[in-house]
Amino acid sequence: MAEQRKIRVLVAKPGLDGHDRGAKVVARALRDAGMEVIYTGLRQTPEQIVEAAIQEDVDVVGLSCLSGAHNHLFPRVVELLKAKDAADILVVGGGVIPEDDIPFLKESGVKEIFTPGTSTGDVVNFIRSHAGSK
Amino acid sequence: MDEKLSNVFTQWDEKTQKTLGKYPERKHKFVNASDLEVKRVYTPLDVDPNYTEDLGLPGEYPFTRGVQPTMYRGRFWTMRQYAGMATAEESNARYRYLLAQGQTGLSVAFDLPTQIGYDSDHYLSQGEVGKVGVAIDSLADMEMLFDNIPLDKVSTSMTINAPASVLLAMYIAVAEKQGVPMNKLSGTIQNDILKEYVARGTYIFPPTPSMRLITDIFAFCYKNVPEWNTISISGYHIREAGSSAVQEVAFTLSDGIAYVQAALDAGLDVDDFAPRLSFFFNSHVDFFEEIAKFRAARRLWAKVMKERFGAKNSRSLMLRFHTQTGGSTLTAQQPDNNIVRVTLQAMAAVLGGTQSLHTNSRDEALALPTEESVRIALRTQQIIAYESGAVDTVDPLAGSYYVESLTNQIEQGAWEQIQKIDAMGGAIKAIEKGYIQKEIQDCAYTWQRSIEDKERIVVGVNQFQVKEAPPQGLLRVDASVGEMQARKLKTLRSTRDTNAVEQALANIDTVARGRENVMPAILDAVRVYATLGEICDVLRKVFGEYRPEDML
Repeated sequence: MAEQRKIRVLVAKPGLDGHDRGAKVVARALRDAGMEVIYTGLRQTPEQIVEAAIQEDVDVVGLSCLSGAHNHLFPRVVELLKAKDAADILVVGGGVIPEDDIPFLKESGVKEIFTPGTSTGDVVNFIRSHAGSK
Repeated sequence: MDEKLSNVFTQWDEKTQKTLGKYPERKHKFVNASDLEVKRVYTPLDVDPNYTEDLGLPGEYPFTRGVQPTMYRGRFWTMRQYAGMATAEESNARYRYLLAQGQTGLSVAFDLPTQIGYDSDHYLSQGEVGKVGVAIDSLADMEMLFDNIPLDKVSTSMTINAPASVLLAMYIAVAEKQGVPMNKLSGTIQNDILKEYVARGTYIFPPTPSMRLITDIFAFCYKNVPEWNTISISGYHIREAGSSAVQEVAFTLSDGIAYVQAALDAGLDVDDFAPRLSFFFNSHVDFFEEIAKFRAARRLWAKVMKERFGAKNSRSLMLRFHTQTGGSTLTAQQPDNNIVRVTLQAMAAVLGGTQSLHTNSRDEALALPTEESVRIALRTQQIIAYESGAVDTVDPLAGSYYVESLTNQIEQGAWEQIQKIDAMGGAIKAIEKGYIQKEIQDCAYTWQRSIEDKERIVVGVNQFQVKEAPPQGLLRVDASVGEMQARKLKTLRSTRDTNAVEQALANIDTVARGRENVMPAILDAVRVYATLGEICDVLRKVFGEYRPEDML
């Protein structure tokens, strides 16, 4: 029997924001939960993130942004994934994101938004139940 | 050692141990926010100070009790709220509001494109313009930002690092237009690139040219802007990234040592630049630990400057610092509770002897603060200053067995870390190896685990939760700010003296390639309205860009 493939996650920091404590903590929690995690580092354009996601053949892209640029950056990542025939990759996001922006982000194709105070366990559970269908 | 006390203590301890079976304590082991064990009680047995050597008097070496002899009996700390958003016009209005409310100094927040040296119309600026601070592209924006604010009367702190030379030059140029000569200006630029590499992320150039830009500022200001704090060596962001209090002191002072060494290597005299070095710390949740941290940092820096660098001027030995309450301790849940957290943290900063203070607003885990939230935050400082009475004697917690013991512990722990970093070849080497980043990340992860395992209770987050409606009335930055700035840039580029700009930029290129101080060339360029992005592009070409190796 083939070994079950681990869920592969790209944790990415789009835009110019330098706050990466949350991204790194989440990345580590996902890894501790048995997933394979790649972290892009700071200041990635949506194009760079999508390229990395495809190259690394990930199941999930986790976007982190605390600068307020999420409405511009998150939907752009979803759009580019679609354009590259990679719409099956699950996109989730987190950061300082006002409640009012969440419906728009979800309509744009971001599956879930995790706001301050979220436990990493909730992120792990969400990814486990929504990813890996590819 | 007091033998009588020692005996009495032993008897008491034995007696207490016996009662624990019947009356157990809340926890098996008590630890503070830095994982240092907290004892049941502290007595003179825990601190054996050589009073004159370890504590001394306020305003005297080793400055444990404060940097001035009268502290807040003379003058309160500077109440300085970090602010800036959208356009220069809007930020100017917020500054004038804050000054009208009794704030005593300005603190400018720039947006990310400004902090990373891109104009608002750059591709990478999309979505970021005006979001976390004000967008400044050229001297024209800076003139608007300080419109009707007399620069000889206020002191201004600017959170700007990689392009600090350019923003300082713009500030000087605005002052000139107001008729204020640069030797009358007072304020601070953050100008601390090392913590950008480890904790804050707004770097542009690699370490070597970055250190040269910094020491050029030291030299330029010594001669021309003598009242300016040329750097604010920052532990704040290191703590926000997840470090402990001990690490905050250790990594910040290690960075400080690297700057002093770089300036000495550039041929400056220690007592010419060291009096203008300033620091910036976090005030976090553990009340007594924070107070002890500020005291320990002062004592340790004084010793380093005296013993290691041979500084003679007593101002060179003083660790003067700004404090901000801990942003990462704010909760998005039940945000009004943050007012209480901020009050405790602000009190700790005052009892620790801060020179200036920013109190966070209750809504900052959700968005930039509204005017009303900022007013409450400022009022918090004013209540401490005018009502609490905590300000009428200097260093009121000195002599507390617990606080003195913690002060010693933090100093000792930080000193061990500093020596470890020294052994690696100093802060720059330790950063290049990823050592400091790794230490901070490990600590951040442990902190998060302790919240999720409920070893650490955060009220409203993992205990005492309530069902809440989404908060109303948050501040939103208009998405059209980017377009507005782009239009302003277009007009600027078509009306300024293009020849003068090109000449000034070519001159920066030449000077940057040589060894001359770059500040005068940058000042000439901003005066003819060269933009921040244009100046930084020239420097990027000459210096290259920093590319970190990212690791988890």
